[in-house]
Amino acid sequence: MNIDDLAIQARGLSKDFGQLRAVDRLDLDVPRAAIYGFLGPNGSGKSTTIRMLCGLLTPTEGSANVLGVDVPGHAGDLKPRIGYMTQRFSLFGDLTVYENLQFIAEIYSIPVNRRAARIEEVLENYDLVEQRKQFAATMSGGQRQRLALGCAVIHKPELLLLDEPTSAVDPQSRRDFWANLFRLAEAGTTILVSTHYMDEAERCHRLAILDHGAKVADGPPQELQRSTGMTIIEVLADDPYHAQTAISALPVVASVTQLGIRLRVLIPESVGDGLEQVRKVLSDHGIDADSRLSSASLEDVFVAVTLDEKQVAA
Amino acid sequence: MKPLSRLMAVTRKEVRQMRRDRLTFAMIFGIPLLQIILFGYAINTDVRNLKTAIVDEANTHLSRDFVAQLTATQVTDIHVHVSTVAQLEDLLRAGEVSIGVAIPHDFDRRVADDTRAAAHILVDGSDPTIVGIADGLRNLPLRFDTVMEKQRTELIEVRPYYNPERRTPVNIIPGLIGVILMMTMMIFTAVAVVRERERGNLELLINTPVTSAELMIGKVLPYIFIGLVQLAVILIAGDLLFDVPVRGSVLDLYIAGCVYIAANLALGLFFSTAVSSQFQAIQLTFFMMLPSILLSGFVFPFDGMPQIARWIGEALPITHFIRLTRGIMLREAGLGDMAAELIFLGVFAFVAMTAAALRFSKRLD
Repeated sequence: MNIDDLAIQARGLSKDFGQLRAVDRLDLDVPRAAIYGFLGPNGSGKSTTIRMLCGLLTPTEGSANVLGVDVPGHAGDLKPRIGYMTQRFSLFGDLTVYENLQFIAEIYSIPVNRRAARIEEVLENYDLVEQRKQFAATMSGGQRQRLALGCAVIHKPELLLLDEPTSAVDPQSRRDFWANLFRLAEAGTTILVSTHYMDEAERCHRLAILDHGAKVADGPPQELQRSTGMTIIEVLADDPYHAQTAISALPVVASVTQLGIRLRVLIPESVGDGLEQVRKVLSDHGIDADSRLSSASLEDVFVAVTLDEKQVAA
Repeated sequence: MKPLSRLMAVTRKEVRQMRRDRLTFAMIFGIPLLQIILFGYAINTDVRNLKTAIVDEANTHLSRDFVAQLTATQVTDIHVHVSTVAQLEDLLRAGEVSIGVAIPHDFDRRVADDTRAAAHILVDGSDPTIVGIADGLRNLPLRFDTVMEKQRTELIEVRPYYNPERRTPVNIIPGLIGVILMMTMMIFTAVAVVRERERGNLELLINTPVTSAELMIGKVLPYIFIGLVQLAVILIAGDLLFDVPVRGSVLDLYIAGCVYIAANLALGLFFSTAVSSQFQAIQLTFFMMLPSILLSGFVFPFDGMPQIARWIGEALPITHFIRLTRGIMLREAGLGDMAAELIFLGVFAFVAMTAAALRFSKRLD
């Protein structure tokens, strides 16, 4: 991909905190006007990477180019062009919605003659017209989040960095929030969003899965689901606990996950007869179960790529 | 003009938040008024009415005359008459009286005898001020009946310049300005940055184009104004309640005040960048408060302190400010007479502010 088509390009980006390597030789290519997701558990280096990209942290090794600007060297030039939304609500609880927007608009030096109109526009777009005089501290989680997004985009940034933006809101607010993100991406904004929700990761145009600071998979979610390298077997059993014990004992099995009465079994594709082996071990143990092949969900992808590493290590 | 407008945005936001925080707003006026009234009325080195117990074993005309003179000084308040010295000591130990007067049975003879003390005054030495007062009682003239002792004029006369009536508030209030401004200014700003960090606001702000200097100065500006309002409150209350004069130029006083306020705000900001919670910030300001009150010359004369204490005192902004206020308010001095003190405060403010801005910008790494 041409550098001009990329909003973010990073090579060998690493960050150490003392003995701990939080981010490990990360290569990133984030195309413009796309929603790019970081999927990973807590402590996988998502926040640290975002902070390095906006110049808040200095990488221990490697380099990054964000919107054509080298960070952290020229991060100051970058600030007016990016929007950032923190994991925690970080606006001023003792200011009203309007006052918060006004303050952020002033900080970004939006010209006075356009300021009021832009604030109205944001109030309109993010459904905050009725809350304009409400103190931010008294708003619901969903309202706060809309305000935070409104503040992050008030200066029409080219790049929006969102650090686990939906960890504190209900599912309906999350849907609305994503609708807003798609609208922004369509208008040309590049969005980098970190999450640990599978359903959110699925909506991204492109996804990087992080594990212990390293990138273990990268690509569009559908492509990742097609190319797990795993045979996915779904087992429906009346006694899932014993079924799980029996299946886990098979040496070829990479992982068994219980979802209610269903089990999802991952076996490397190189093992040709995975399904037969599972059926056999279940009948050997006298467990009544229905086993069939299934297509990979994003969670299977996540399990597959994070397991791979441990297996190699073991 | 972008930096200036961003700075004003921070200031406007700060003022808005301050107006809504009623407790803070009340503190702005409450603290100076409360303190000036407490200190002004309570601190009084002109001691009177000390509780006194007396044993008069002589009970002669002369001894009763002596007791009457003691009463007339108003320093002692004859509280109780007891019959033995042992009882006197019991009362002292129990803290019921501060002074015990023991008049022996041969009092008249002792008065005539130059080699022996005529009476004993037992003093509660656990309070140094009372000992000093009791010392003064030694000089009471004792006379025999109608024989008038020749009144002797004093060898050396002390003339207290600038405060001829020796009123304590006149000495206290110029120093109190320094203490009050330090307390409120330092606490306000020490809490200011760390509060935003605790609430998560800083994580957002450092991702905006606002620079650390804009943020720091923008935060400090409204407090400078508040400090000047407090200064006015103290001066007006000092004048109305205690008749404390401002003999020098009020403008000089305000210029010195501005620089001193800036020094304290900058120090508070520096503390705020160094701590990780509001509680720690308050602890740090208290850590500053004690030496500032004790080593600045506010309570004890500066020159009387050991060298090391004076060095510490010289490093504190309040020491220099108290010299300035006492000079301007009482001695009619101008800033030109005390330029070194003002320069120290200015340099202190600049260094602390720079340190705060530097520390702040590096906080995430």
